[in-house]
Amino acid sequence: MSDQTSTSVAFVAKDTIPPSPPPGRETGIVKWLRENLFSNIPNSILTIVSLYVIFIVLKNTMPWIVNGVWTTSSLSQCREVLNGETGACFSVLTERWNQLLYGFKYPVDQYWRPNLALLLMIVAAAPVLFFDLPRKLLLFTAVYPFLAYWLIWGGSVYVPLIALLGFVAATVVFQTFGKGSFAIGFFGAIVAAFVVWMVGGALIPETASENALLSPVPSRDLGGFMLNLMLGATCVSLSLPIGIVLALGRQSDMPLIKWVCVIFIEFVRGVPLITLLFVASVMLSYFFPPESSVDLFLRVVIMITMFASAYIAEVIRGGLAALPKGQYEAADSIGLAYPQAMRLIILPQALKISIPGIVNVAVGLFKDTTLVSVISMFDLVGMIRGPILASTEWNGVYWELLGFAALLFFIVCYGISQYSQWLERRLATDHR
Amino acid sequence: MSDLNYDRQIDRSKMQIGSEVAIEISEMNKWYGTFHVLRDINLTVNSGERIVICGPSGSGKSTLIRCINRLEEHQAGRIVVDGTELTNDLKNIDKIRSEVGMCFQHFNLFPHLTILENCTLAPIWVRKTPKKEAIETAMHYLEKVKIPDQANKYPGQLSGGQQQRVAIARSLCMKPRIMLFDEPTSALDPEMIKEVLDTMIELAEEGMTMICVTHEMGFARQVANRVIFMDEGQIVEQNEPEEFFNNPKSERTKLFLSQILGH
Repeated sequence: MSDQTSTSVAFVAKDTIPPSPPPGRETGIVKWLRENLFSNIPNSILTIVSLYVIFIVLKNTMPWIVNGVWTTSSLSQCREVLNGETGACFSVLTERWNQLLYGFKYPVDQYWRPNLALLLMIVAAAPVLFFDLPRKLLLFTAVYPFLAYWLIWGGSVYVPLIALLGFVAATVVFQTFGKGSFAIGFFGAIVAAFVVWMVGGALIPETASENALLSPVPSRDLGGFMLNLMLGATCVSLSLPIGIVLALGRQSDMPLIKWVCVIFIEFVRGVPLITLLFVASVMLSYFFPPESSVDLFLRVVIMITMFASAYIAEVIRGGLAALPKGQYEAADSIGLAYPQAMRLIILPQALKISIPGIVNVAVGLFKDTTLVSVISMFDLVGMIRGPILASTEWNGVYWELLGFAALLFFIVCYGISQYSQWLERRLATDHR
Repeated sequence: MSDLNYDRQIDRSKMQIGSEVAIEISEMNKWYGTFHVLRDINLTVNSGERIVICGPSGSGKSTLIRCINRLEEHQAGRIVVDGTELTNDLKNIDKIRSEVGMCFQHFNLFPHLTILENCTLAPIWVRKTPKKEAIETAMHYLEKVKIPDQANKYPGQLSGGQQQRVAIARSLCMKPRIMLFDEPTSALDPEMIKEVLDTMIELAEEGMTMICVTHEMGFARQVANRVIFMDEGQIVEQNEPEEFFNNPKSERTKLFLSQILGH
């Protein structure tokens, strides 16, 4: 190859060696198999054992799925059709799909309303999730909660309209006075919102809900997977900002703010969610004035949001702690005020670090919404455990129903997880 | 610690020391808990002065310059920067910070923003400069530190020397009256030290008031008008560079200089 010998140290390459293709067994599927499945004897054994396990699982489940019955109207009919063979009774899904998705009391002719709300939610969430989209879309995101409330609950259009006007008034006041002094702007905004709500509330005509465009649906008629989605979306979107505030508050130099946040976080984290939900369903009404009836849905949202925001606060605190001190110092040294430094420098980086943790909490929270079945709200699991399994037709259909519930949750949670991974890649700027 | 020989003459025509006082520190003391880090610091810096602070590690030199823009709080004495006294008043602190630029040992660029965004952030948010104007200013200073072509990259894609020059440009975009340098070359590979020092020399040639904590004695000799030696939280000796290096008075200074120049 060269004339380099043990006696001559000096060496100069005479000509460049042209590139040549690799040997045949180093390419294609053979190479992939050799490297990934059969690289050595223990790996080969593991591969064979794994293939066998997959085979056993499929061998036992495939007939169950393939033989599945889709068109009967009760479990006993399923059994007749199957005639002793293995097979699933999927008819419960075709028969009761509307109850699983919307609960058993939501008016059937009004299903288009939650459907439309879900569709619009995708539009409203898009500019938040994909920040390359035009920023003007955020205006729709701001209006969406009120629109969705009106679509799902129906009733007088004035209620969400006045709620929205209150927030608009608060924003206007804050924009006008917040520049001079943050405190005046902040408290002025709160006062403005309350004034609008009080005056607006008094102005709503008594008969407004009777001849409303959309017929009113009370909260107790909501149910099914729709309820899980509503609780999940509301609580995640509320708990993220609250969690950020709590995390920053916990780092505050002001002892009062710091200790309020610490006590809140530690207390809420130290209590099981079920306990909080029971408090919401039974005990919370003791704390409100007797004549007021705070909606059960709202009470549950408050409790789940509190719970999730405490966890998110701790995740974000981890992100804040992971930032080098130099970032805080650099932000200070160029003259940024505290809110600017947080918004422009610290939080973007801390939140980026916290994405896996936040998504973890969000996915966990979404699945925890099934716990509301314990306080007799008929969410997806509540529907399965209650009305459907208790009915004479479908008593005993566990695998099909719970499998369906698992599938629905898996689709949503997997979607969230995929989004978070995309987001992490999109935000990676340090090692490009 | 490299004793660099510069291939070009330093233009001293604009290096005029003005009569107005830029920074006045009197009887300043600072403690970390019970540890007395800065002891009776008295220092007056006139505009246009170039001061190098040196001393062994732990002598309080970084802490001293970090007190000047209130990254550290002092517990006794007075610090007056550009006529404004540093107190707990946040308005004063923000005013002083926007007048005083600072460069750190580890650059502390914002990794999630591009080079250009790093430079325009403070002018836009603190000075309320229109975005277009801020970008023009930023490009002007990036050209000055000779990296305009990197404007749209992220800090992680730049070498250490380039990052430190961006950090200098970022400070300059606020058009500061005073620049503080906290060991700007200590984290750099030897071949990158020169490019950063060259940038600092250019800055000095334009008459910027500078306080540098550095071990670059070549830079101190050629650019500084005053060298301050600190040890154990105290200003032990200060003098003009020639006198300071050739004829140190105190024993501690002599020991320090023999240790860093002896090899």
